[in-house]
Amino acid sequence: MITQKDVEHVALLARLELNEEEKRVYTKQLANILEHASVLNELDTADVPPLAHVLPLQNVFREDKAGGHLEAETVLEHAPSREDRHFRVPRLV
Amino acid sequence: MALFYRPAHELGRLLRERKISAVELAETVFKRIDAVDERVRAYLLLQREEALSRARAVDGALAAGEVLPPLAGIPVALKDNLCTRGVETTCASRILKGFVPPYDATVVESLEKQGAVFTGKTNMDEFAMGSSTENSGYFPTANPWDLERVPGGSSGGSAAAVAAGEAVLALGSDTGGSIRQPAAFCGVVGLKPTYGLVSRYGLVAFASSLDQIGPFSRDVRDCALLLNAVAGHDPKDSTSVPREVPDYTESLVTDIKGFRVGVPREYTGEGIAPEVRDVFNGVIEVLTRLGATVEETSLPHTKYALPTYYLIAPAEASSNLARYDGVEYGLRVPAEDVVAMYKKTRSQGFGAEVKRRIMLGTYALSAGYYDAYYLKALKVRALIKRDFDAAFERFDVLLSPTTPTPAFKIGEKVADPLSMYLSDICTLAVNLAGLPGLSIPGGFAGSLPVGVQLIGPPFGEERLLRAAYAFEQETGFTAKRPGL
Repeated sequence: MITQKDVEHVALLARLELNEEEKRVYTKQLANILEHASVLNELDTADVPPLAHVLPLQNVFREDKAGGHLEAETVLEHAPSREDRHFRVPRLV
Repeated sequence: MALFYRPAHELGRLLRERKISAVELAETVFKRIDAVDERVRAYLLLQREEALSRARAVDGALAAGEVLPPLAGIPVALKDNLCTRGVETTCASRILKGFVPPYDATVVESLEKQGAVFTGKTNMDEFAMGSSTENSGYFPTANPWDLERVPGGSSGGSAAAVAAGEAVLALGSDTGGSIRQPAAFCGVVGLKPTYGLVSRYGLVAFASSLDQIGPFSRDVRDCALLLNAVAGHDPKDSTSVPREVPDYTESLVTDIKGFRVGVPREYTGEGIAPEVRDVFNGVIEVLTRLGATVEETSLPHTKYALPTYYLIAPAEASSNLARYDGVEYGLRVPAEDVVAMYKKTRSQGFGAEVKRRIMLGTYALSAGYYDAYYLKALKVRALIKRDFDAAFERFDVLLSPTTPTPAFKIGEKVADPLSMYLSDICTLAVNLAGLPGLSIPGGFAGSLPVGVQLIGPPFGEERLLRAAYAFEQETGFTAKRPGL
């Protein structure tokens, strides 16, 4: 059973800040959804290979040649904060 | 019928015969938008000036005697999760407010080459998560057939725009039913193509192994025309399939004698509203009259599709949405340290449904729960796909209602996520198996349209279009328009 403590831990992993009301609501709603999901345990899937993708996809290779790319300036235009040719973020350490 | 309500293939003919001009057509559609969008609210953003300038270019080319592609001059709306160079793309999320992509999605590029005229970006559930367009970070969209009801979701803006005459065609995206369900609610044609048929490059990712871009149209011929324009291999998308693409309009024949139609009993049982069942039975009668054989069949793992979907889709979403951290683009809420900045930015930028799915997905992928939830779901996904594989050994297409009920009222299901998720119950297994699914108007429940869904084997779009076309020609439901 999912507890409020689990929700707080998952919120940290997901980098979400939840208020008390959100914690309470999500604990209840996630518990409901996960309970609904427990129906999957009715099935014996020991011999079933997981299907991550429906297509028989293989890695796609291309020639190791420089291609079209966005200019640094174009990309940096969208930065909420920048300094020279860098994204600026708060202090990390 | 008013110009703005006509299908693209008719308008294309009028353009080529010079009976109307592309500018006149664009102006008519924008006049319609001015008249009704205050009530429908299908659009987040309009591209009026750009549209008129494109239309002028089309008129110039026509005057010069050039032979133009079928969609030249046709007003097309784009769901706001398709990147458009130089035009704000927000996914209806506050976290992307003001984001102007420096590139076009491949489908946008393809339509541009066809000479299509883009009307604007349509409203949606935030990051395509929802079944009603009430989860938009900006405002809900209304259903053109009944303004108190939802248009469906998450491509509700695109469906409503086409239904209301505010665009002739539109593109949406479908992760668990997000094209077919709003198409059904809004009485238009909506196709989720086979996974890999249409490039996802430039589509803002929700659940990458399920997402697929597809057309909304007024009738089946238009659906084929729009699919022609966007289908095909794209080296920029590693999941795009290198495969010859047919001319889908060649499938539009009315003969479906001997067509084998399977009706999975799991899609017509409990939970299907009586008025939807009546319409559905009517569809079976028509198909039988046209010479198809309709037989009941079974997809035994259907009841596991919803929980499987609601583990896999949020898991992929939690991973895809990790990129919204306030560093490179979009919203940033400043804070003392970088983790606090991530948390504040994401908490203020994402809406409730998006946060709920990120939480669910993160939980399903986290240490100690991965095997029990995510891996288990992937294994059940394999069983769901096997059901379909077996069915397509016996049938050309499968037939089901698109949704269990007609469009529900705005606000009716907002507080209960599980009940909202149930409105996609007939569509989401199709995404888990990567199959094509087509919703067409199958009839009406009072004044509300009811959709039926045709499901095909991988790359079986041609047979879906053929069956849909035969049904359409026999019934004429796609010619009905809301009295807006």
